[in-house]
Amino acid sequence: MSDNTIPDLRAREAAKKAPRGTTLADHPLVQLTLVRFREFVREPEALFWVFVFPILLAAGLGIAFRNRPAEVLKIAAVTPELAQSLRQEKLLEVQLLESGAAEEALRTGKVALLAAPGSNGAVEYRYDDTNPEARAAHMLADRAIQRAAGRVDPVSTSDQLMRKPGSRYIDFLIPGLLGMNLMGSAIWSMGFAIVDSRRKKLLKRLVASPMPRHHYLLSFLLSRILLLVVEVGALLGFGALLFHVPIRGSLLDLAVLCILGSFSFSALGLLIASRARTIEAASGLMNVVMMPMWIASGVFFSSQNFPGVMQPFIKALPLTAVIDALRANILQGSNLAQMAPQVGVMAFWLVICFALALKLFRWR
Amino acid sequence: MPEIASRSALLVHHLRKAYKDVIAVDGLDLEVQTGECFGLLGPNGAGKTTTVEICEGLTAPDSGDVEVLGQRWSSNAAQLRQRLGIQLQDTQLSEKLTVFETVRLFRSFFRQGAEAHEVIARVQLEEKQKSRVGDLSGGQKQRLALACALVGDPDFLFLDEPTTGLDPQARRQFWELIEEFKQSGRTILLTTHYMDEAERLCDRVAIVDHGREIALGTPRELIASTCAEHMVEFTAGSASKALDVPALRRIEGVRDVRTENEAVLMQVTQLHTSVPALLAELTRQNVPLTELRTHSATLEDVFVTLTGRHLRDE
Repeated sequence: MSDNTIPDLRAREAAKKAPRGTTLADHPLVQLTLVRFREFVREPEALFWVFVFPILLAAGLGIAFRNRPAEVLKIAAVTPELAQSLRQEKLLEVQLLESGAAEEALRTGKVALLAAPGSNGAVEYRYDDTNPEARAAHMLADRAIQRAAGRVDPVSTSDQLMRKPGSRYIDFLIPGLLGMNLMGSAIWSMGFAIVDSRRKKLLKRLVASPMPRHHYLLSFLLSRILLLVVEVGALLGFGALLFHVPIRGSLLDLAVLCILGSFSFSALGLLIASRARTIEAASGLMNVVMMPMWIASGVFFSSQNFPGVMQPFIKALPLTAVIDALRANILQGSNLAQMAPQVGVMAFWLVICFALALKLFRWR
Repeated sequence: MPEIASRSALLVHHLRKAYKDVIAVDGLDLEVQTGECFGLLGPNGAGKTTTVEICEGLTAPDSGDVEVLGQRWSSNAAQLRQRLGIQLQDTQLSEKLTVFETVRLFRSFFRQGAEAHEVIARVQLEEKQKSRVGDLSGGQKQRLALACALVGDPDFLFLDEPTTGLDPQARRQFWELIEEFKQSGRTILLTTHYMDEAERLCDRVAIVDHGREIALGTPRELIASTCAEHMVEFTAGSASKALDVPALRRIEGVRDVRTENEAVLMQVTQLHTSVPALLAELTRQNVPLTELRTHSATLEDVFVTLTGRHLRDE
């Protein structure tokens, strides 16, 4: 339609009374979900906390706790013969020093051990036996000297090194961060959006219109599913690409877990937001609810570190259930049936919080 | 709307609503005819918003009956919502959405009505269609709120203080839009504490104070029945020479004299006889005149006459 034409309003008035062709986009649920989505995408801070922050955290912690190659120990020898024998051991870095300089290096910790010739062809080691590095250096140095002198080990042995993906700290961390992210994004997006709308009297304006109220709440869950795909994909994709974190369980089970977990947290967020009138009140409540779970539910370290008497309570927390289930799926490849207790805990929180929230919810 | 053509669009009977410490609405009766623009005029806290929100089905009354478009909220809420256009007092629409997205959202709630862009054109926001709500001026925000109220092609439009806080030009622009809607023959219930707004837009006005109706009629009727045609306002005298007020009451054509701080307010029926007589009386009392103004009586004067207070007083 050209902008220059002035439409005959009366003709339009008549036309609009006729039933119009309605498309899916005209459905209130679709429009409400689009609104949720737009409000989220147009909030740069929210995008940072939901997408960028967990990845930065994973990257930082992944680098800090990466598995380093076994360290090479520095020692000193005072004769070329000793140095020659000791250099057969790859885990030792041997410096040939004259005895004064060698004593000085040992005293200042530049070397862990000093090997010097004793009387009658013996070898004397000088080191601090309370220092684990020095003790390790002593064992390695002595083995090298003895082998160079012709000792043969009576039993043959071989080493198998355990540095496989799936058992490192980053593998433990990624499902933990994913669970934490599911909780944070669900509770924050639900809580802030609802309380802000209530504060601005937008909720009241919406219920003054013929909007079906359940569509309003459903729109949050629908937009949550849409955002989950990006949110979960970004974090797991990051872990898989950079750290080769495996996903051993079924992807379908993983999707079910993420959706169920996210809905439980959304219900919790809805409950938190059901009465609060100010953002401050809602923030306080959210922190009170989330803080214990950040600490106890095993995001960064195993929740088994807490005393036994606390375990039943920790296991009953929704975040513990989500993280335990995610780890079982991602790292152990367990199926949903094996996670029945965790799924039960999530479903319990979902039902209880949702029912309570509907009872308490204040539209104005 | 033939089924309600002969009936009242709104019937309010013995409405009462009390909050913890105040009685907001105290036995109010209202009847709004189909096709008229009815104004609820009163100061802040008079119970206007509570009354309107009860009529809109947002607040439950303690007692009393409300019938909107021949239907009751208890039995026909869903149908009623489809036929009402509602603009609440200070709703803040989502700032991150555009004008078009906002109207489109509200459009999706109604079974009938014009397309979003047509309603936006009607409230003269075409150029702002793609602007974020947060970037609009106060007047544009109110016009957007009006668009959200009009988008379902309502039979009955509720406007709660629609121009409070707007500059004079934005108010006039808003009034023109309301007058356009009035011409389509549909009903409006408007609350305001601006008497000029009520005088310009409303066919009939109920003045409310402390949750009660204290006067009802067309703006002209109200002015004619409670005040004389003209108001004369002057300041005269000094601390040393007090004014003899009872003497002023005896001037011919003077209906009422009130003093307000330094000023004296007189209601008179005819300016051309009363003003010369006033000047003569002041000369006789030997009181110097420092200021003299006259204006035609307004709804504000009606309110002041009825309550002794100004509309905008808290």
